[in-house]
Amino acid sequence: MPVDENSAGPPGRKLALRTDGLTRVADGRTLVDDVSISVETGEVVAIVGPSGSGKTSLLRLLNRLDEPTAGTVFYEGQDYREIPPRELRRRIGMLLQRPYLYPGTVKENLAFGPASHDETLAPDVMSDLLERVGLPDYADRDVSRLSGGEAQRVSLARTLANSPDVLLLDEPTSALDEASQLGVEELICRIINERGLTCLVVTHDRAQAVRVAQRAVILDESRVVDSVPTSEIKHAR
Amino acid sequence: MLARFFSDTLQLGVAQAVITLVLALAVVYVARRRGIHLERESAIALVRGFVQIVAVGSILIFLFRGPSWVSVIVLLLMMLAAAATAARRARGVPGAFVVSFYGIAGGAGLVIVLMTWLGAIDPRMASLIPVGSMVIASAMNSNALALERFRSEISSNVGYIEAGLALGAAPERVVAPYVQAAVGAGMIPRIDTLRALGIVWIPGLMAGMVLAGGDPIYAAIYQFVVVGMIFAASGLTSLISTILIRARAFSPAEQLMLG
Repeated sequence: MPVDENSAGPPGRKLALRTDGLTRVADGRTLVDDVSISVETGEVVAIVGPSGSGKTSLLRLLNRLDEPTAGTVFYEGQDYREIPPRELRRRIGMLLQRPYLYPGTVKENLAFGPASHDETLAPDVMSDLLERVGLPDYADRDVSRLSGGEAQRVSLARTLANSPDVLLLDEPTSALDEASQLGVEELICRIINERGLTCLVVTHDRAQAVRVAQRAVILDESRVVDSVPTSEIKHAR
Repeated sequence: MLARFFSDTLQLGVAQAVITLVLALAVVYVARRRGIHLERESAIALVRGFVQIVAVGSILIFLFRGPSWVSVIVLLLMMLAAAATAARRARGVPGAFVVSFYGIAGGAGLVIVLMTWLGAIDPRMASLIPVGSMVIASAMNSNALALERFRSEISSNVGYIEAGLALGAAPERVVAPYVQAAVGAGMIPRIDTLRALGIVWIPGLMAGMVLAGGDPIYAAIYQFVVVGMIFAASGLTSLISTILIRARAFSPAEQLMLG
């Protein structure tokens, strides 16, 4: 079983996530093959690999949008199948490749997550979130009038509105034009650092992995083939 | 004119059928002259339709002489056949037959039972089976439309649904707009029917009652009652089927299975 041997950080740091032989086979295809990785609290890990290597499939398993066919995930030491799915998904937030904003205003989109568990997003929290994603006066704006970069920023704010402990980012800049890519990437780095979030970011771009993450897990043909500090990513398989 | 030549009802019916057949074949001939070849399909459809309807008429003769509980069995069989037909139209939807049966039995069945109990449907078999079959057939169409619409809405909106799930929302909440669209799709033909009633078309039941010498006003009111029952049964069926299929669209861990 390929094991992520480089996950051991400084002693005393808690493990936020650990996968144990995580596997998913769908329609006869192995999408994730026996993946065992560990992510410490506050660590930023890039999942790197070519198209079709299983990066997105792995992230979907971590958010439990898909069910593993074998293996499991431990979230703060607890088997995630013991945690109600909605609660798990609030604690492990996921930003998809595309923003998928719901028709209506920015404000309504931000309130969606908290409203799902009968909470109201306080106006000051909403303002703070919009401030952080660089869209301070956008609360009442209709989402149909946003640019691609703005929509992805709103989507990030919507994910953060749930106050997740772990953030999963699935190629968050891949659907954006070049000008927006760097802006959104910088924003993500800043928010992760400010909040001390544990984060897994999927990218096919090794340069982006170096800019965003401390460690890279390299996937190829659905398996983990290497796990290195991003400073050594050039020498990775 | 035909009635002058045939005193026997059966002979008159056969003569009317022959004349209708000649008319239909004339249309096929005209179509053929214009390069539209419908001969084979039309011949099969005409023969099949004639045999089927005469067979049903013959069966009804025996049924009408039987005990009244037979009508319950007949209506139940009709619901099973309707569920099978609707399920065929909703290919790719898991458990479509079971969902369709529950939907049709819950929608059409409830309306038939309630309206018979209240006296709006004559419980005698000669009335219960034809009226019940109209209600079941409409529920079947609405059911198929609703299921098909729900499946296509889900397929087109997988990203939005999974974005909602990823935010910790309940499946019922993320698919609520698609449930509304599906139930609406099942209801639209029934709403159009009500709107056009009497203006664009005079339904068969009313026409039959008037032709049989019934009071046209009562025939009109009773036709409205039947269309109203159809409306209620179709709405209830669409709602039940869509809610049942919604539950099957997600796994126990609230993952989208229908996409």
